[in-house]
Amino acid sequence: MRISSFFYTIGQGFKNLGRNKWYTLASIATISACLFLFGLFYSIITNFENVVKTAEEGVSVTVFFNEGTSEEQILAVKSDLEQRAEVREIVYVSADDAWEDFKEEYLGEYADGFTENPLADSANLQIYLNDVSLQGALVTYIESIDVVREVNRSEVTANTLSGLNVLIAYISAGIIIILLLVSIFLISNTVTMGIAVRKDEINIMKYIGATDFFVRAPFVVEGIIIGIIGSIIPLVIIYFVYTNAIAYVVSRFTMLSTLLNFLPVSIVYNKLVPISLAIGIGIGFFGSFTTVRKHLHV
Amino acid sequence: MEKGYRRKRGTRQIPDDEVITLENVTKSYSTGAPALNGVSLHIKKGEFVFIVGDSGSGKSTLIKLLLRELVPTDGEITVLGYNLRKIKHSKIPKFRRNLGIVFQDFRLLKDRNVYENVAFAQRIVQTPTREIKRNVPSILATVNLAGKYKNKINQLSGGEQQRVALARALVNKPTILLADEPTGNLDPNNSWEIMKLMEQINENGTTVIVVTHNREIVNAMKKRVITMKKGVIIEDEEEGMYIDED
Ligand SMILES: Nc1ncnc2c1ncn2[C@@H]1O[C@H](COP(=O)(O)OP(=O)(O)OP(=O)(O)O)[C@@H](O)[C@H]1O
Ligand SMILES: [Mg+2]
Repeated sequence: MRISSFFYTIGQGFKNLGRNKWYTLASIATISACLFLFGLFYSIITNFENVVKTAEEGVSVTVFFNEGTSEEQILAVKSDLEQRAEVREIVYVSADDAWEDFKEEYLGEYADGFTENPLADSANLQIYLNDVSLQGALVTYIESIDVVREVNRSEVTANTLSGLNVLIAYISAGIIIILLLVSIFLISNTVTMGIAVRKDEINIMKYIGATDFFVRAPFVVEGIIIGIIGSIIPLVIIYFVYTNAIAYVVSRFTMLSTLLNFLPVSIVYNKLVPISLAIGIGIGFFGSFTTVRKHLHV
Repeated sequence: MEKGYRRKRGTRQIPDDEVITLENVTKSYSTGAPALNGVSLHIKKGEFVFIVGDSGSGKSTLIKLLLRELVPTDGEITVLGYNLRKIKHSKIPKFRRNLGIVFQDFRLLKDRNVYENVAFAQRIVQTPTREIKRNVPSILATVNLAGKYKNKINQLSGGEQQRVALARALVNKPTILLADEPTGNLDPNNSWEIMKLMEQINENGTTVIVVTHNREIVNAMKKRVITMKKGVIIEDEEEGMYIDED
């Protein structure tokens, strides 16, 4: 294709937008609405996932050992457990460490009265997991080791978190699919209207010897432009909503904000911008391309 | 043109200078008697041909077959070496670029001005912008519309609109100009102007085929006249006349 024809096609795509203004606006509005919901949803989900992830990283299993278990034995168990895939990190807390911590936290200067370590058997392993859903299996395994006296775990938290993750994945997939279908339907209506309005023009083009590609291209360009505009508008709106909402929450509920660690907008937008643009352009292209093919019979 | 131009058709070989060949062409629509019934016709390069006949005699059907808007039910049509019954869908645009087409109802783009309507035809065949800027004013001058290139279509008289349509049909330098009742909506003066322009174009080498009901013009211009009736050619004469029915 010639450069000048390329620009002509792009120009016609833009002019089409103006030739059926109301349908253009309607399509842009719907795509915007869909991508706005998507973006909002995405921002909330990523923040929620971040909270879950932070919480997960804090989930640990603490293993205590029988009286008289030597440090060598404990370290042997540690290196055995470190071979397992679900184990992210194991921290060895010796009896002395435990006593130091305890003193610092509860006794302060009164600790001087103790000459021996009263927590002699409190040496333990703190195990952090890659995947909290595998906690149950790990605990069962650890309990079968003979030197182990007790395993402390936070089962409720772990199960809840992994359950939530799955639920979130399903809900997001469902909502996104519905939004996509609605948008494609609307773009296709816009293009159908555009073709009806420009039926005579298309007819003349075919008499003069326009190729199928040349007849179609402006409509596809039109769809893509609608997609791009329809994805930029919600991105701009969400940007302001997001930054202001965080600022508001942080200033009003100081306690909440230490609990919930909000992601900065730049991190959310790192992925949201390309995803939104891809979805917008994708439905614009797909919606117009298939519709033109169906209606032109060129 | 392409090799097929000299291809054998039955026993007859199409001569080099023959641009349109119909052999026993029949076109039936889904209802009624055939609109064309076993028509054979040969038109040479550079001819000026009138096609006349009663309403419903099949003149527009013939034009649509030549455009490959319709496909014959039976028989062979060859235009500029393209066999129009066998031509591939993807080759049709290339074929049509050899034709200029004018209709009774002008079929201009009403939301664009005179210049844009003519340039449109060049855009479609992907002429470089530089050339469009040179060709369009020149063709508008040929049809005496140089001063009105900025006018919107609805600011023009019927005669002027048809001259824009003619300019659009000619700007891509077609080998054949097909006109289906180009003066059907025009008064006698404008009709004459359009016919004179087409004669001038023909003198420059373009083959011109005009369907018309304008008896006065046909009889005055002394061109080849093909007369149709009920789907068949009943008369085909050089320097012919628009013969009366019955
Ligand atoms: N699309 C169609 N479907 C069915 N029949 C058709 C169709 N187009 C034309 N016909 C019929 O074919 C015959 C020839 O029509 P055509 O339009 O070729 O006539 P014409 O010579 O151009 O007439 P006019 O001078 O009125 O324009 C007519 O009987 C017409 O009713
Ligand atoms: Mg007719």
